[in-house]
Amino acid sequence: MQSITLGHYLPGDSFLHNLDPRIKLLCLLVLIVTLFLVRTFWGFMFFGVFIILIFSASKLPWRYFLRGLRPVFFIIFFTLILHFLFTDGGRVYLRLGPLTVEEAGVFMGTFMTLRLVLLVITTLLITLTTSPISFADGIEYILRPFRRLGIPGHEIAMMMTIALRFIPTLMEESDKIRKAQMARGADFETGNIFRRARNLVPLLVPLFVSAFRRADELAIAMEARCYRGGENRTKMRELHTRPRDYLGLSVSLGMMLAILFSGV
Amino acid sequence: MSNILELKNVSFDYFLNGETALRALDDISLTIKKGEYIALIGSNGSGKSTLARLLNAILVPTSGEVWVDGLLTSREEHRWEIRRRVGMVFQNPDNQIVATTVEEDVAFGLENLGIDSSQISRRVTEALERVGLSSFRHHAPHLLSGGQKQRLAIAGIIAMRPRCLVLDEPTAMLDPRGRREVLDTIQRMNRQEGVTVVHITHFMEETLEADRIVTMDRGKIVQNGKPEEIFNGETDLYQLGLEIPVLLRLNRILRSEGLDIPANILNLNDLVNILC
Ligand SMILES: Nc1ncnc2c1ncn2[C@@H]1O[C@H](COP(=O)(O)OP(=O)(O)OP(=O)(O)O)[C@@H](O)[C@H]1O
Ligand SMILES: [Mg+2]
Repeated sequence: MQSITLGHYLPGDSFLHNLDPRIKLLCLLVLIVTLFLVRTFWGFMFFGVFIILIFSASKLPWRYFLRGLRPVFFIIFFTLILHFLFTDGGRVYLRLGPLTVEEAGVFMGTFMTLRLVLLVITTLLITLTTSPISFADGIEYILRPFRRLGIPGHEIAMMMTIALRFIPTLMEESDKIRKAQMARGADFETGNIFRRARNLVPLLVPLFVSAFRRADELAIAMEARCYRGGENRTKMRELHTRPRDYLGLSVSLGMMLAILFSGV
Repeated sequence: MSNILELKNVSFDYFLNGETALRALDDISLTIKKGEYIALIGSNGSGKSTLARLLNAILVPTSGEVWVDGLLTSREEHRWEIRRRVGMVFQNPDNQIVATTVEEDVAFGLENLGIDSSQISRRVTEALERVGLSSFRHHAPHLLSGGQKQRLAIAGIIAMRPRCLVLDEPTAMLDPRGRREVLDTIQRMNRQEGVTVVHITHFMEETLEADRIVTMDRGKIVQNGKPEEIFNGETDLYQLGLEIPVLLRLNRILRSEGLDIPANILNLNDLVNILC
């Protein structure tokens, strides 16, 4: 329970781990665009090999590869089924009553599935190798130019930091409340899903009350320490780009251009 | 010595649902000199926390004036300078730690002040050393003990180099060991660095280390003097919802039994020396 973090960061010391978070976010953007430029299965294969190479170079355990796909499994599955059944065109492979599985459907279904899978894995590659805190830093920097358009980059990053800070505290607390309520005879483990959901109320109400109180106190403590938003604020850890960062960005851009101009 | 904090006829009302006012502080005047160690005591709801919040412009008085080092808290343009000069430590250590690592939490206030990064690192190192947390620099705050968390909160404040430290029941949630750690840190700051301390507490034993004790009751200051004056038995502390420290109670009992010892012993070792 205690070890849950956002985005499942796996600390390590690889090329990807050590990239500047801003550059990593840019690379992710470029690679996502690249995925939408792919037109053939050859393109996906090329991209897939590229990702697999990076994945193994980052010394990430392979089981994370599959584990990362688990939350989106249903989306992928439905994409596949819907295309198989409802996209028409070309040869008919199979008849299931009024529904048919046709050539175009199989093609589109597989194509979309591959795109989704690669999208998830590419994102996973970044989240697995970036600590949530440097992620927040990166987001703050990247969103800075959009401040004028009303995008609150600093606030988003601060919210992420505070969430990360308080997740373990609130988990500990919910554990305590759960035990206290169980001692009074509350039951969190039996019954059907609705019953169990209702039984969570005595857990959630005190948890929310306390979270609001904490938020209140934290706000005052922050103000007392001269916090007044992102303006004129400095950072202890400044981000610096190094040659490796430009290399990483060039590789991603190279990937995009290769796919764009080869037409695969 | 000059005054660092000066309250002149300060009253403060909380407005509940806009209409009804609750008078939390009633015409308080108090001056605190540079380098003093003040203990502020009083029963629940007597207005201690409210007073503390007036000292660094988190609240501004409904009437009267609060001066900090020559700056007026009700002036908007003085607010941030006042908050830099008067650091606040609160009761619950969990709810004042902002960042996910110890060093970054200490840096938080410095980042807010716009200090540049190389200097921030230096000051963080220094502050962690002073509270004895250097070896925890890269730890996550939730893995620290209560006393360590509270010392981290103090480090975050002293890194900003305040002239005054206001602590609102900093030891209330700690075990005896954590309390000792925190009290030692506060005392060191006061004795060695000359930082003025306003220490709010419910533990009478903690007040014995102060230069001066201020007691409050229902929004008013009722006593203001040296520990030996406060505990000499002339005013009834029980009536104010307060207790006499165990050491002094023992002293009184021994004296009433006919032992010849001075009434103003505030230190366990002194008492032992006299008795044995
Ligand atoms: N935010 C608020 N809104 C309304 N009334 C408040 C608020 N905070 C405190 N009060 C009231 O003001 C009075 C003084 O409260 P304060 O918190 O200053 O007391 P305290 O001496 O710090 O008490 P404790 O020892 O319990 O911390 C109390 O009657 C309290 O109910
Ligand atoms: Mg209080």
